Amino acid sequence: MKYTLIAWMRDKPGVLSRVAGMMRRRNFNIDSLQVGHSETPGISRMTFVVDGNERMVDQVIKQLRKLVDVTRVENISEQPIVAREMALIRVSTNAENRSEIVQMVNIYRGEIVDVALDSMIVQIVGSEERVASLIDLLDNFGIIEMVRTGPVAMARGQMEHKYRRSTAVWRAQANGRDATAAERFRTGGV
Amino acid sequence: MVWEALLREGVRVIFGHPGGAILPTYDALAPYEAAGKIHHVLVRHEQCAAHMADGWARATGEVGVCIATSGPGATNLVTGLATAQMDSVPVVAITGQVPTNLLGTDAFQESDVVGVTAPVCKHNYLVTDVNELPLILKEAFYIAREGRPGVVLIDICKDVQNAEGWFRYDFEIDLPGFEPWPQVDMEAVRKAAELINKAERPLVLSGHGVQLAGVGRELLQMVEKAEIPVVTTLLGAGNIPESHPLSLGMGGMHGEAYANRAVQSCDVLIAMGMRFDDRITGRLDAFAKQAKIIHFEVDKAEVGKNVMPDVAVIGDLAETLPALLPLIEERRHQVWLQEIREWKKDTEQTDILNYEVDELIPPFVIRQLWHATHNAKNGPPIIVTDVGQHQMWECQYFTHDHPGQLITSGGLGTMGFALPAAIGAQMAHPDRLVWAVVGDGGFQMTMQELAVIKQEGDLPVKIAIINNGFLGMVRQWQQLFYEKRYVGTPVWSPDFVKLAEAYQIPALAVTKPEQVVPALEQALNTPGPFLIDFRVKEEVNVYPMVAPGAAVDQLIRRPKPAVMQGYSGVQPSW
Ligand SMILES: Cc1ncc(C[n+]2csc(CCOP(=O)(O)OP(=O)(O)O)c2C)c(N)n1
Ligand SMILES: [Mg+2]
Repeated sequence: MKYTLIAWMRDKPGVLSRVAGMMRRRNFNIDSLQVGHSETPGISRMTFVVDGNERMVDQVIKQLRKLVDVTRVENISEQPIVAREMALIRVSTNAENRSEIVQMVNIYRGEIVDVALDSMIVQIVGSEERVASLIDLLDNFGIIEMVRTGPVAMARGQMEHKYRRSTAVWRAQANGRDATAAERFRTGGV
Repeated sequence: MVWEALLREGVRVIFGHPGGAILPTYDALAPYEAAGKIHHVLVRHEQCAAHMADGWARATGEVGVCIATSGPGATNLVTGLATAQMDSVPVVAITGQVPTNLLGTDAFQESDVVGVTAPVCKHNYLVTDVNELPLILKEAFYIAREGRPGVVLIDICKDVQNAEGWFRYDFEIDLPGFEPWPQVDMEAVRKAAELINKAERPLVLSGHGVQLAGVGRELLQMVEKAEIPVVTTLLGAGNIPESHPLSLGMGGMHGEAYANRAVQSCDVLIAMGMRFDDRITGRLDAFAKQAKIIHFEVDKAEVGKNVMPDVAVIGDLAETLPALLPLIEERRHQVWLQEIREWKKDTEQTDILNYEVDELIPPFVIRQLWHATHNAKNGPPIIVTDVGQHQMWECQYFTHDHPGQLITSGGLGTMGFALPAAIGAQMAHPDRLVWAVVGDGGFQMTMQELAVIKQEGDLPVKIAIINNGFLGMVRQWQQLFYEKRYVGTPVWSPDFVKLAEAYQIPALAVTKPEQVVPALEQALNTPGPFLIDFRVKEEVNVYPMVAPGAAVDQLIRRPKPAVMQGYSGVQPSW
């Protein structure tokens, strides 16, 4: 079964490789992984889709929580969620089929974002099924190039507002500027 | 800054090896060394710096610190760090790195240390800004020490080491992603107590966690109150005194048959501070099938990883065990204990301990070592073993009556661990008796550290080499599972006595059983270090043994006929 997990983590160098490394090392199967900014500066948000059984997902979550840079992990597989993917598809066209393609893209509420004489780029955002189904249709005309993200996801409905201190604070504190005189002294190098 | 931070963390001794990329940090050590505040021990191989820090940490419960240069220095550390991490030992490693402007250019002696060590560390850092250094140092010690202990590495770029910055150390640690001490759920404790109180055949399976939490005494109180027998893991040796009637010693691959049978036939298995390693469980789907399992554990990720418990009590054992104690009813389990005693009788009949020997066999050597040392002045002796047959014999034939008395590489099983870890333990406890028990194979992996014993002013480490001419444990597998094809296991050794002499360490070779006791006495009466080369009988096997992939009660028992010849039915003098 597929599970959707969300993880929040301190936006520090190497954090992605830490997460990916742990997943590889523990032999967990990741279907897809998306990273981006969250509402809190300094905290990134990752959406995972993992394929496995309940026990494995339980381990994935616990092992993720063990990573020091990971601040929070949630399993939203059981909740009503909004999950969206995006794809850019360069499909080959000619004078006869161009309008037919445009029509299809419109039905799917996609967009044509670039047009050339013999091809165009279609952009589609939507559920996994919708994206997949448009791709299937366009395949009949010949797909030259394609890029498709995995899903990013959010739980529906009301949510408790959890604010986390950002690493911006962490850095300022590290800077030592707010130390009291008694504790401050200069060290020559290390 | 590094040294100021270390002072504030209470570090007195560090183990390391210098090099170009860490030189500024070494240079800054000079005044601290001169003032006698921090002592640096020069190792002969960085792996051993990590093992020494590990030995120090296991012997004291404090964080051990090791230090190395970039590139080869740092990569040499890896085995030692992995060893400590697998056994939950708090170690902080500091390494030098090329200057920030050269990062990623394959500069001289550059290696991606953070990348290389990430899988064997609890956490690690690359420091590229001097202003972040104090906080990182403080976080590193905090992470290494708190919760389930582990290894933290700090890789510091050379320009950062040379930079100037403000030092402060009064930070409040703010790590939202680090939950070292999970909240204890009292409801789970109550459920656990209920199961234990109802049990007819309860059993405690206790691990290293009991020592890390320092709750050996509470554990003893609990098992005495409810009369529950105790099996331990390798690292749990001595959790309750092994001479106590409720102790069944070690379980698992080379555990005694009665201990493993007890695991397989108990009705409630109380696992404490252990992680159901395959060496203790044997075949998982045949493990303790009939039992309700209660798992006391501080690391949530260990719960349900290998064995799904019926009740999980998550939290610090130092909190959960005292909470459990008053809820446990006084009980007697005579029927259950009698059953175990019957199994034990069966084992005793074939035990090598119970017949006289005319050859020098390792169990005899270990037993004599116990006789000679268990009443040592200045507290119980610390035994540090290497990995192999001698390690298992040590567990079987040395009676560990004190938690933490045995220091050994359990999780990673690192050959070469014993000598450097013994040095670390001895540095931590200069007055206590420390013995390294090591195989001829493993000793040759790190024997260069004999030089450290001398350079540190004749550390009184005593070394027993169990010299059987083979990589014995591997040879045993070849004998049992590969039709005696001894490929790559015969091992030639130098004359260890002469080798010791070259290092100016007094030494003796022992070839006959009657020489063992006098040799041990001489070692104990000689101040400073001493080495004994026990040239034992080759091709002796460790029994009992659970074949890999078999259930833990499917044991290969000690072969009866050979043993029975000398069995007189009475306990011989040794
Ligand atoms: C670094 C390392 N390499 C290989 C092994 C595999 N191994 C486990 S036990 C053993 C034999 C050890 O031989 P020795 O040190 O002579 O001890 P003995 O078993 O003979 O007592 C080996 C090779 C290991 N545990 N660690
Ligand atoms: Mg050997």
